[in-house]
Amino acid sequence: MSPWLVLAGLGAFHGLNPAMGWLFAVALGMHRKSRRVVWLSLVPIALGHAASIAAVVFAVVAIGTVVDQRLLEVMAGALLLSWAAYHALYGHRHRVRVGMQTGLAGLSLWSFLMATSHGAGLMLVPVIIPLCLASTPARELTAEGSLPVALAAIGVHMVAMLGVTATIATIVFEWLDLGFLRRGWINFDTLWTGALAITGLILII
Amino acid sequence: MATWQPDPSFYPSPRMAAKAPAESLAYVASFDPDRQKPDAIAVIDVDAKSPTYSQIVGRVDMPNAGDELHHFGWNACSSCLCPNAPHPHMERRYLVVPGLRSSRLHIIDTKPDPKNPKIVKVIEPEEIAEKAGYTRLHTIHCGPEGIYVNALGNAEGKAPGGIFLLDPESFDVMGQWEMDRGPQQLAYDFWWHLGHDTMVTSEWGTPDTFENGLVPEILLNSKYGRRLHFWDLHKRKHLQEIDFGEEHQLVFELRPAHDPTKAYGFVGCVISLKDLSASIWTWYRDGDKWAAKKVIEIPAEPADPDVLPPVLQGFKAVAPLVTDIDLSMDDRFLYISCWGTGDMIQYDVSDPFNPKETGRVRIGGIVSRASHPGAKNGALNGGPQMVEISRDGKRVYFTNSLYGSIDPQFYPDGIDGWMVKLDVGENGGIAFDEKFFVDWPKGHRPHQVRLQGGDCSSDSYCYP
Repeated sequence: MSPWLVLAGLGAFHGLNPAMGWLFAVALGMHRKSRRVVWLSLVPIALGHAASIAAVVFAVVAIGTVVDQRLLEVMAGALLLSWAAYHALYGHRHRVRVGMQTGLAGLSLWSFLMATSHGAGLMLVPVIIPLCLASTPARELTAEGSLPVALAAIGVHMVAMLGVTATIATIVFEWLDLGFLRRGWINFDTLWTGALAITGLILII
Repeated sequence: MATWQPDPSFYPSPRMAAKAPAESLAYVASFDPDRQKPDAIAVIDVDAKSPTYSQIVGRVDMPNAGDELHHFGWNACSSCLCPNAPHPHMERRYLVVPGLRSSRLHIIDTKPDPKNPKIVKVIEPEEIAEKAGYTRLHTIHCGPEGIYVNALGNAEGKAPGGIFLLDPESFDVMGQWEMDRGPQQLAYDFWWHLGHDTMVTSEWGTPDTFENGLVPEILLNSKYGRRLHFWDLHKRKHLQEIDFGEEHQLVFELRPAHDPTKAYGFVGCVISLKDLSASIWTWYRDGDKWAAKKVIEIPAEPADPDVLPPVLQGFKAVAPLVTDIDLSMDDRFLYISCWGTGDMIQYDVSDPFNPKETGRVRIGGIVSRASHPGAKNGALNGGPQMVEISRDGKRVYFTNSLYGSIDPQFYPDGIDGWMVKLDVGENGGIAFDEKFFVDWPKGHRPHQVRLQGGDCSSDSYCYP
């Protein structure tokens, strides 16, 4: 499968998770009785998420230019597995720093923390390594050389995530009653832990 | 413990919670005032269609004597659906039951058999004092950062009292909640406005001023609590205090509006030093500050000193002693327990600044000793105290004991425990359910009531 498609697919998966932002946008819109607030909230949510992804992508690129690719894969795989274990055991235990009165800056901080603590960026590593760290005969592998493709990867992921987040937020805010959450909010935390662990195994094996 | 779908008792909004099915069981704290036999959580059948309706159908005894079970709560509730800190796949399953006197914390599993709950963990007071710095555990609320427990004393049993956090899965004591307590010293109750990132706390006194009963000198010198405190719920920082003034003593139960977009709530003040009246205050957002205003004053009733307990004889009146209040899920009706006079009053508080009385019943009471159709004995003692409302607002339950060492100050003949239920009319109005009178087993007294699946003082919501 095209790595770009995988990046977009993971963006859609992240956007689907109520804990990644669409639900917060809807709630803020309901509190302030404003459709505009729903739409406005999507911007900091997407930017915070993208910043968290970018931190991981740039770290992978920076480390990848100095260590062997296989070593990087094993390191990232081990990190993902331990993140999955941490997420399963202690994911519920954390400070809550941002509440319903938050402004847009608080919302982007929230989105950044949420994506980071969920290991959203780490989930992209198996795609990022071949995409951003492939040296071709035409060019040598450097961090600067990888920058355009790294930015493109972050952009594709963010656009997919934003697209899904915006679609769900709009549908829920405009037409659905939040009552569907009572049965329809499936356990994304378990799915997420599974996704982190599988990604880690893919990297190591 | 994680489930595939959210716990069916979690509701995004109070509007949806009000449509919840009727409860079939109630859990009630039951304690021995003589501290000889272990306290218990009693399980009451509240399903009107059941053959054991209004009977105690189960009980779990505490491992020690002398805990003084008082208030308690759930490990998880509807706030798990909040968008900023979602944990929707928790189960509402464990009752978190502290001993107010012992400071011991019991975790009780209601799941395999809700009628026969089992103790699965006991946290000893030493561990709580060491990790959180608090003793005399009081209110429990499930919330955004786990289980919040408040305490009336510090590790030495003095001021400040405060709040600590408990992990909702492992039940590990995580430590003190406050990061900046400002001038707050006394504690009693706490709750919050999730929609306004605000915690509210109230005041009673330090353990040495109530554990042997109320001290008249302290009361008459206005040294018991009389303030509300407002906090930033997420920065854990004290923001503001509101002093009700010298005249008002004992600021107790806090009932913020369930609708998270509303920035107001109600609190009861037990007694006025001026005329023994009790009062209800509405706190509300006023610009960028919080403010409070007295909205109900319930007067004392003149009485023959011969039938009054010594503490009241000099005043020749029965104080109403509003010791608990509760707000219906739709924020429409406020119920007020007058433990002294024996009244349970229902007010329509649709306009929170202009309450209108819509119903009143009398049972027990220091002077009136009013009876109940289901009672064998014609003169009941104790009065309306801990009150709980079903989520749909149609049923109201209450019990009659206040606190082991204060009960005899106002009811010197002792208190025979009972629990009763009111049926609520469509547009207000309350009446006793004649078939529901729980004659409490002798040797124990009932206190807080919690309803299976949640009630009007157990859950908070993030969506309007």
